[in-house]
Amino acid sequence: MSKEYETVIGLEVHVELASRTKIFCGCSTAFGAAPNTHVCPVCTGMPGSLPVLNKKVLEYAMAVGIATNCRINRYSRFDRKNYFYPDNPQNYQISQLYLPICHDGFVEIDTASGKKRIGIHEIHMEEDAGKLIHDEWEDCTLVDYNRSGVPLIEIVSEPDMRTSDEVIAYLEKLRMIIQYLGASDCKLQEGSMRADVNLSVREAGTEKMGTRTEMKNINSFKAIMHAIEGERKRQTERLEDGLTVTQETRRWDDNKESSKAMRSKEDAQDYRYFPDPDLPPVLISDEWIAKLKDAQPEMQEEKMERYQKEFLLPASDAAILTSNKHLADIFEETAAFCGEPREAANWLITEGMRLCRETEVDADGMRFSPANLSKLIKLIAGGTINRTTAKSVFEEIFRRDADPEKYVAEHDLKTVNDEDGLKKVITEILNENPQSVSDYRSGKQKAMGFLVGQTMRAMGKKADPQSVNRILKEELEKA
Amino acid sequence: MEICDLTAAELGRKIKSGEIGVREAAEAFLDRTDKTDKTVHAYLTIDRKSVEKRADEVQEKIRSGEYDSPLAGVPAAVKDNICTRGLKTTCASRILENFVPTYSAEAVSRLENAGTVILGKTNMDEFAMGSTTETSAFGPTRNPWDTDHVPGGSSGGSCAAVSSGECAYALGSDTGGSIREPSSYCGVTGIKPTYGTVSRYGLIAYGSSLDQIGPIAKTVEDCAAVLDIISSHDPKDSTSTERSYGFSKSLSDDVRGLKIGIPGDYFTEGLDPEVAKAVTDAVDVLKQKGADVEKFDLGYVKYAIPAYYTIADAEASSNLERFDGIKYGYRTKDCEGLHQLYKKSRSEGFGEEVKRRIMLGSFVLSSGYYDAYYLKALKVKALIRKAWDRAFEKYDVVAAPAAPSTAPKIGESLSDPMKMYLSDIYTVSVNLAGLPGLAVPCGQDSKGLPVGIQFIGNCFGEDKILRAGYAFQKEYPYRAPHLTEKEAR
Repeated sequence: MSKEYETVIGLEVHVELASRTKIFCGCSTAFGAAPNTHVCPVCTGMPGSLPVLNKKVLEYAMAVGIATNCRINRYSRFDRKNYFYPDNPQNYQISQLYLPICHDGFVEIDTASGKKRIGIHEIHMEEDAGKLIHDEWEDCTLVDYNRSGVPLIEIVSEPDMRTSDEVIAYLEKLRMIIQYLGASDCKLQEGSMRADVNLSVREAGTEKMGTRTEMKNINSFKAIMHAIEGERKRQTERLEDGLTVTQETRRWDDNKESSKAMRSKEDAQDYRYFPDPDLPPVLISDEWIAKLKDAQPEMQEEKMERYQKEFLLPASDAAILTSNKHLADIFEETAAFCGEPREAANWLITEGMRLCRETEVDADGMRFSPANLSKLIKLIAGGTINRTTAKSVFEEIFRRDADPEKYVAEHDLKTVNDEDGLKKVITEILNENPQSVSDYRSGKQKAMGFLVGQTMRAMGKKADPQSVNRILKEELEKA
Repeated sequence: MEICDLTAAELGRKIKSGEIGVREAAEAFLDRTDKTDKTVHAYLTIDRKSVEKRADEVQEKIRSGEYDSPLAGVPAAVKDNICTRGLKTTCASRILENFVPTYSAEAVSRLENAGTVILGKTNMDEFAMGSTTETSAFGPTRNPWDTDHVPGGSSGGSCAAVSSGECAYALGSDTGGSIREPSSYCGVTGIKPTYGTVSRYGLIAYGSSLDQIGPIAKTVEDCAAVLDIISSHDPKDSTSTERSYGFSKSLSDDVRGLKIGIPGDYFTEGLDPEVAKAVTDAVDVLKQKGADVEKFDLGYVKYAIPAYYTIADAEASSNLERFDGIKYGYRTKDCEGLHQLYKKSRSEGFGEEVKRRIMLGSFVLSSGYYDAYYLKALKVKALIRKAWDRAFEKYDVVAAPAAPSTAPKIGESLSDPMKMYLSDIYTVSVNLAGLPGLAVPCGQDSKGLPVGIQFIGNCFGEDKILRAGYAFQKEYPYRAPHLTEKEAR
C-alpha cells in the first residue's frame, strides 16, 4: 500500500526594483534599449571603477521589508559572490550574504482551510547580471550589459508551503504588496519577477525534511504550477520505488512538461563570499525606518475596507478592485471623475475583466484613461446612449483608449428618442409579425422579447430600450 | 640649477613668474628621461607629442588665469595602475598590455584641473604586488643611486623617476608600503595619506580596503602641495571621507613639544644596524629641535605581515577576477570553450607573483578556511588598530624605519618571496589601521644607499607628520643621486 507524502516548498523570489537608475551607478534601468547603451565603467566592470549604493534601492528594499513584517537590520553589509561567467563583468556579483537588509518577516495568504502565514527568512539586495545573446549566424556569443547592475531584491521564504495553490497565493500576495509599494511592476514575462522553487517530499507526519531540489527561473504562474506538480510527482515516485532524491538544481521545461538536472551539490561552486571592501556598511536609523513606515501607501486590506465604507461596494467587488494596484488606481480616478463609484466598479469588474480574460492580459493590461471611462458613464447616465451601445463603446476604450464622446458622435450612436419615428417602426414590426402579436395576446410573455429585439435591430440598436418597451406595450394593448 | 633639479614648488613659482615656460619645463624632463631612462627604466609609457601639446595648452591657461594652483605647469608622472584617459594603463601586466582607459582616475582629473602636465606612466610591480618593481612584466626599474639595486616597490618607477629627475613629482599607490618603502630606497619623500583621503576611483584595485594614492616628490613641501590638489571627498568612491584639507598650511619648522614615540619592538633583530642608526640619529635631530621623544612597545608586530597578506590577497583574488580575456586586455590565441578561454588567458596574462597571491587569496576565502584565515586576519587587524589607538593616546607622531634595510640588489628578492614579504614589516600595519605614513630621506648607509625614516600619524593626523618631516628636512635637505655622471651615458 502506498504511503502518504507531504510536499515542502520554499521560494526564492527575485524582484527587479523600479528605481530609474542602477544599484551601483547612474545608468538607466529602462527595459528594451539597444544593447550596451545603458552602460558605464562601473556596470561593465572596467578596472578602477567603484560601486556607489543607490539610496532609492535601499529604500525600496526596506519598504518591502516593512510591508512583509520583516525586521530591518540596523547594520547591514554587501558581500561579493565570486564566480566566473561572461554576463557578470566583474566576475563577482555584489549581494548580501552575512547581514541582509531585512529578515524574519511573514505574509498571510488565504488557503482553502483559512488564513496561513508564510515566513520570510530574509530579503537581500543584489545586482542583476548582463544578458548573453547567441548569434547563430556568426556562431558567437555576444554580451549586453544593459541589465548589468539593475537592482534586485531576493525574497527568501521559509519552507512553509505545501501545495502549488499556496505557492501561487504567496506569489500573488508578494506581487500585490510590491506593486502597491510601487517598488516593482513584477512582470514575470519580462523577468522583473522570477521565482526559484525549492521542493522536497517527505512521508506525512515525519519531522525530518526530505532532500530538496531547486528549479530556477520559472517565468509564469502556470509554469510554476506545472513545475511543482511535475517535481512533486517525480520525487514521490522515486521515494516509492525505494530510490533517493539527489540534491541538485533542475531546469523546468514547460513545453516538455518535465525537468532536467543542471548541476548537483557535488559540483556546487564555492562562491568565496566576503564583505565587499568597496562598500561601507549600511547603517539604518530608527528615524529612517519610522519615516518609511509613515510613507507606506494604503495597502490592499485597508483599501478594501475603505471601498466598502466610502463607496458602499459589496466586499466581493472591493476585493476584485483591490486585487491589483493598477486596477484600484483606475477605479478610484474614474469614481472621482464621474462621481458614480458603483457604475465605475461595475464596468471595470464585468466588462473590464471580461476583456482582460479574452485578450489574455492581467489587469495591468488596462491601459485606458479613467477620464474616458468616466465620460462613458456620464453618457449613459444622461441617456445619450443605451447600455447596449455603451458596451461596444467600452470595448473601444479598452482597446485603444477611445474618447467616448467623439466615438459616439462619429459613429452616430446616440439614442433615438423620436417617439413618432419609433411608433412608425413598431407599427411596421407588428404588421410583419402577426404570429408574435397573437402569441403575446394569448399570454406568451416571451413574444415581447422577440418584438423588442426586432425593433432594436431596426433602429440600429440606438433606441432607448425603455421607450421601446413602453410603446410596444401600448400598441399591443391598443387593438 | 637645472630645471630637473628644482623642487616642484620652486619650479611652480618660476613657471608662475614666467621665468620658465611650461613647454621648456616639460622638455627638460623629457630630455633628462632620454638620457637616463634607458638605464633606470622608470617609465612604461611616454607620449611625447601629447605632452608638448598639453604643455602649450597649460601655458595658455596659466596666462588666462584658469590654472592658478602653485603647481600649475609642473610636469608629473603617474604610476601605471592609475587610469589615465586615452593613455595606456597596464599595471605592468601582460593582461592589460594594451588597455587604454576611457576615463581618468579622480586623482588624475584633479591634477589635470590644476594644470599638471602628465609626462607618462611609471613602472611598478605587476598589479602593485611586490616590493622591488621586479615583478613588472616589462622588466625591472633600477635604483638611480646604484643601478645594480632595486628601487623598491611597488611604486618603484615613480620613486626612481623623481630621484633621477625624470619628473618633478609623481603619483604612487600604497597598499602595504608601496610608496614609503621605495621612497626610502630611492632617497625621496613619499606620503600615504589616511585611508579615504584621496579617491580610489580609477585606481586599479589590489587590496581595496588598504589601497591609497599618494604623492612622491623631492621634499615634504612638494608632497603637501600635491596632496592639497589630489585630496577630495569623491561621491564616486564610497570609502572616501569628508575631512579637513589644506596640508601645506600645516608645514612649520617648529616641533617644540611635539610628542614622538619610538616603537622599541621595531628596533629588533632583522633591522639593519646602519638603518637603525640613521633613523635614531634623525629622531635626535628632532629632539634637539625641541620634540619630546620616548620609546614604547607597539605590540602585535609579528602578526602584521600574515594579517596583511591574508587580507590583501583575499581582496586581490576577487579584484583581479575581472581580467578574464572577455571584455578587454589579453586573450589567449587559441582555446576551445569558455573554461579554457579563462584559464589560458589568465595563466598566460598574469605573472608568477600575481598568480601566487590570487591562489593564496582564493584559498583563505574558500569555504572551510574562511573563518580560520580571513576572519582571523580581520580580528588581528582590529587588534593592530587598537594598538595604534593606544600609541596615539600618548604620542603625536610615531617615528620608525620605512624598511628594515636599504635597497637590495636586483635578483636577490625574487628567489625568496617570504623574505620580500618581510621587508614590509614596518609599513603594512599602517595600512591595516588606515593611518597616514610619511617617508623622508634621513641618511645613507656605508654603500651610499639612501635610508628613509617613517613618520606615522593618527587618522587624519597628516598635519603632525608633515610638520615633523618638514622640520627634519630643514636640517637634512634633499640630495639627488649622482646618476648623471656615473650611470647615464
